[in-house]
This record gives sequence, structure tokens and C-alpha cells, in this order.
Amino acid sequence: MSFYLVLTVNSITFGGLLFLLSSGFSLIFGLMRIPNLTHGSLFMLGAYFGATFVGGLLGFVFNFWIAALLAAVLVAAFGAVLERLLLRQLPGQPSAQVLVTLGLSFMVADFCLMVWGGDPLSVQTPDSLVGFVRLGPLAFPLYRLAIIGIAAVVAIGLWLLLDRTRIGAMIRAGVDDPDMARVVGIRVSQLFTTVFALGAGLAAFAGIIGAPILSVYPGLDQDMLPLALVVVIIGGSGSLLGSFFGSIIIGFIYNFGQALLPELAYFVLFLPMLLVLLFKPQGLFGRFVP
Amino acid sequence: MSARIVTLVVGAVLLITLPFWMPGVYYLNVASQILFYAVFAIGLNILAGYGGLVSLGHAALFGIAAYATGYLLQHGFGHPAAILIALVVAMASTALYAVLSLRASGIGYIMITLALGEIVWGLAYRWISVTGGDNGISVHVRPEPFGIALTSASAFYYTCLIVFALSTAMIAIFVRSPLGAALKGTRDQPRRMNALGYHVWAIRFWASMLSGLLTAIAGILFVYYNQFISPQTLALTASAEVVLMVIAGGASTLFGPVVGAALVVIVKSVVSGYLTRWNFLLGAIFVAIVILMPEGLVPGTVRLWKLGWRKTIARRPKIFKAGGPPV
Repeated sequence: MSFYLVLTVNSITFGGLLFLLSSGFSLIFGLMRIPNLTHGSLFMLGAYFGATFVGGLLGFVFNFWIAALLAAVLVAAFGAVLERLLLRQLPGQPSAQVLVTLGLSFMVADFCLMVWGGDPLSVQTPDSLVGFVRLGPLAFPLYRLAIIGIAAVVAIGLWLLLDRTRIGAMIRAGVDDPDMARVVGIRVSQLFTTVFALGAGLAAFAGIIGAPILSVYPGLDQDMLPLALVVVIIGGSGSLLGSFFGSIIIGFIYNFGQALLPELAYFVLFLPMLLVLLFKPQGLFGRFVP
Repeated sequence: MSARIVTLVVGAVLLITLPFWMPGVYYLNVASQILFYAVFAIGLNILAGYGGLVSLGHAALFGIAAYATGYLLQHGFGHPAAILIALVVAMASTALYAVLSLRASGIGYIMITLALGEIVWGLAYRWISVTGGDNGISVHVRPEPFGIALTSASAFYYTCLIVFALSTAMIAIFVRSPLGAALKGTRDQPRRMNALGYHVWAIRFWASMLSGLLTAIAGILFVYYNQFISPQTLALTASAEVVLMVIAGGASTLFGPVVGAALVVIVKSVVSGYLTRWNFLLGAIFVAIVILMPEGLVPGTVRLWKLGWRKTIARRPKIFKAGGPPV
């Protein structure tokens, strides 16, 4: 019983991380109509940056949260530059854009290997969140509960941003009908850069927040990208609600699959994606079929 | 026309006599690799070039054939039986792959094939009782068709050459056949083709099967060449490498993928001798080719040569159409 309860908490934690990763992925997909294959790399880049800041850079050791924010801002800027300099070169050619993001992901992966080497870096849990919450005979790590809290706060923040602000309305208009949005005077191409930077920052933030649990290693990008892809296929691209539910579903399937069917964990993970593709190709909450 | 024939004859003579003038076994092995990777790239070119369906999971089909061969040989099957069953397994997998992925085209197709490729990679990596996990499967002996041992580099080279020649001939015929023409039609104008009464899905399905057949044959050659297969062969990097071969040489041309395969294999073997940053270079070449010369290296270089740099950027052809695949 306690085994399943602990597994459930772990699943929700992982779902929270996945939400941070995939909400940006989903927004970029919804607006620009391309799956950003560098998204796993941005996650990994954020994790490496954060780990470097926490470990001490030029003799200055950063606080965990400041390091996380700094990494997110840096990677967001990197994302904006990517969008402006490279993807902008290929307007209206989604297949070419996807291939460019794929090529970039290889470059980032090799860059990280070059700079940080092949050994995994471990990141200490921030001091204030070490320890357990006891509930009768059960003990839950405080840090995992904190991740759930952070993901919930980000989810609410994103929802408010998209649903209650002017820029959110512009993004929603862009997702629903980019051409019509242009006609009514929304500068959709500027939104591209904004959303790309936002998504990159969120992915990087997820990377460093997840680092104390997942650690940081070469190949982290390749582990996370398919998960984001599955979440968005299940939830539906461009939908915040979709990536929320998709993340929770995949969080559960991933953790339970790893624990109960370790040999077929990947297979089990992709099964719901195939079911969704077969029966509801736009995803559970999606607005269009990619 | 005659210039084309002369080029073909010279090329064929060079390839046939290659073991006699190539200095050393190492280069002969590089040539064998180029040939079976060319078969792989030709297979992908059917879909990515003529069909406009960029598959980012083709290494999975390649790997399934290779793994099946290795697994069967490991369990005491003879070479003919192992190869035959591996082909059947690979074709069945291709059919499933096609049924799942052809629900979409364009970006959707890219995403589904990528996800399918990752599933197969995950299986190869995790299903240790069958695939050996990270340790992979070793194949200890090469077959001896008609009593000719393929252990020598030149014998293996000629095997690859025969397969390569047959594949090229097959594609040359396929492209000129009604099915080939229909496939190009579904790439350029799927809705009109549908309106004209063509079954777009079925055309794409059979193109996928043909592509899968060539891919599987290349996979079997690969496992006999390397005498080893591991999950690395199925990774996304491997799928991307083949896409790079097709695009670099020139998609939907007969010999583009061959040039691309030669380029990638040579750069990879030469560069990996000097530095370990092959993936970075692969990514950089990929980005540069897609942005600067999407029609492929050979025509792209000619265009760059003729025009200035600035004009090149302006006159870059739109190979990748809106919402769709390379044309």
C-alpha cells in the first residue's frame, strides 16, 4: 500500500516537471506549428547552467533559486536568439524548421559534452527543503512536494497569463488562426519570439528544478524530448489544459511502468500516445490536427 | 543523354574495379559502408524525397532487421533462414509503422515517426532478455553464399555492390513506373490526386513498404559488416544521419542519396580519426544545408558558385513548401 502511495507522489512530481517542460513545447507548437526538437536540449542546458551556478562560478556560489532563475533567463535569451536568427530564416517552411531544430539539438548535446564532460553532475537539494513530511507511517520527501507546489503555481500563472492578459489573448488568437490574427493587427512574428523565449525559459527552469531528482547527464535531452512529445500528442498542441493532463497521465505511466514493467517501460509509455493518435488525432484538448 | 551514359559507365567501371586500385583494406571497408548506407538512403529517399514524407524513425526499421538477424543467428538459425525471417519481421514492422504514421503527413508524420523510432530504441535498450540491452548482439560469422566466404573485405564489398546496383535499378524503374508517378503526385497535390480517384493512402503505404524493404536489406548488410548491433544504431541520431544523407545529396534525385551517403560516411570516418566532435559537426552541416542549400549539396554548390552570397540568400529555392515536405 505504502509502495503505491509513494509511487503516486513520485508520479505527480514527475508530472509537474513534465508540465513545466511541455507547456512551453505545446505553446510553441500551437503558435508556430512546429515541434521544437531543441526543447529537450533547452531542458538539459538549463540543468547544466543551474548546476554550474549552484556549484560555484568564478568563486561565487549562487543560491539554488537564484541559480534556477538565472539559468531560465539565460536559456530564454538563447531561445529568442535561436528563433530570430535561424527559424526566422525559413518562414512558412515547417519541415525545414523542424530539421533545423533537430540539427541544433545535436550541436547543443555535443557542446554540453564538450564543456561539462561525460560524468553526471549531481545537484544538492536546497537546504530549506531537505527532509521529509511524515504522515502516519509514511514519509514523503519535502522537495518532491515542493516541486508539485511550484508546478501548480506556474500552471496557475500561465493560465492567468493566457486567459486574463492582453498578450495571452494575442497568443490564443495566434494559435487559433495565425492569418486572421495578422489581419486584425497582431504582430504574430513578434509573438513567435516571445513564446519561444517563454517556452525555452520554462524548459530550462524545469531542468534545474528537476536536477536534484534526475541529476544532470549527457543524454538527458534525449530522455526528456520524447516525453514532451508524447505529452503534447496526448494532450493536444497549443492547449495548456492538454499539457497539464497529459503531463499527469505520463507522469503516472512513466513511474508505474518503470516500477512494475521495467523491461517494457518505454513501450507502455508510448501506448496511450498510439491510442490517442488512432482515435482522437488532435489530442484530448487540442484545437487542430498537426 | 550520351554524357549521362558515359558517366554511368565510368562510374560502374570504377566501382567494379575498386578493390584492385584501392590502397588498403580500410578504404575498401569505407567503400562497403558507403554502399550499404547508400541503399538505406535510397530507401528513405522514396518516402522523404518522392513521397514528401520525412521519416525521422527510419533507423528503427534498419535496426529491427539487424536485430532480428542477430537474434536468430544467436539462437542457432542458419544464414538463409535468419535473413529471410529477418526480412519478414522487418516488413511486418514496416507495415505497422506505415499504418500508424500515415494517419498524418507533414509535421504530424515527422512527429509520429520520431515517436515510433524512440519506442523501438527504448525496446532495444530496455528489453534486455531479447536484445542484450546496452551490450547489444554480436554476430560471429558472415554467410558463405555459393561457397564464397564473405570474410574478406573485397568479397563483402562485391556483395554490397550487387545489392546497391539492384536497389538503384529498382528505384530507377520505380520512379518511372505509374506507382512512382502517383507517389510524386501525392507529394505535390494530395487533394487533387484524391479527387482524381487515386487512393493516396494506399500509394503512400506501398511506397513505405518498398522503402522499408531497402532499409531492412541495408540493416542486414550492416549487421554482417559490423558483426555487432547495439541500441546506438537505432537512436534518433542515426535516423537524422540518414535524413541528412538524403537532403545533403539532393532529395528526390536518383543519385543524390548516394552522394549524401558517401559524404556522411567519409566525413564521419575521417573526422572521427581526428576529433570526437562528430555530432556537433553533423548538427552544423545539417543546419547549414537546410538553411543555405535545401536542394542538396551538388546543385546548391553550383548555385552558390554562380551567384554571390547575398543573392544566394535571396534566391534560395523553397524546397520545403508551406505545411509540407520537401518538393
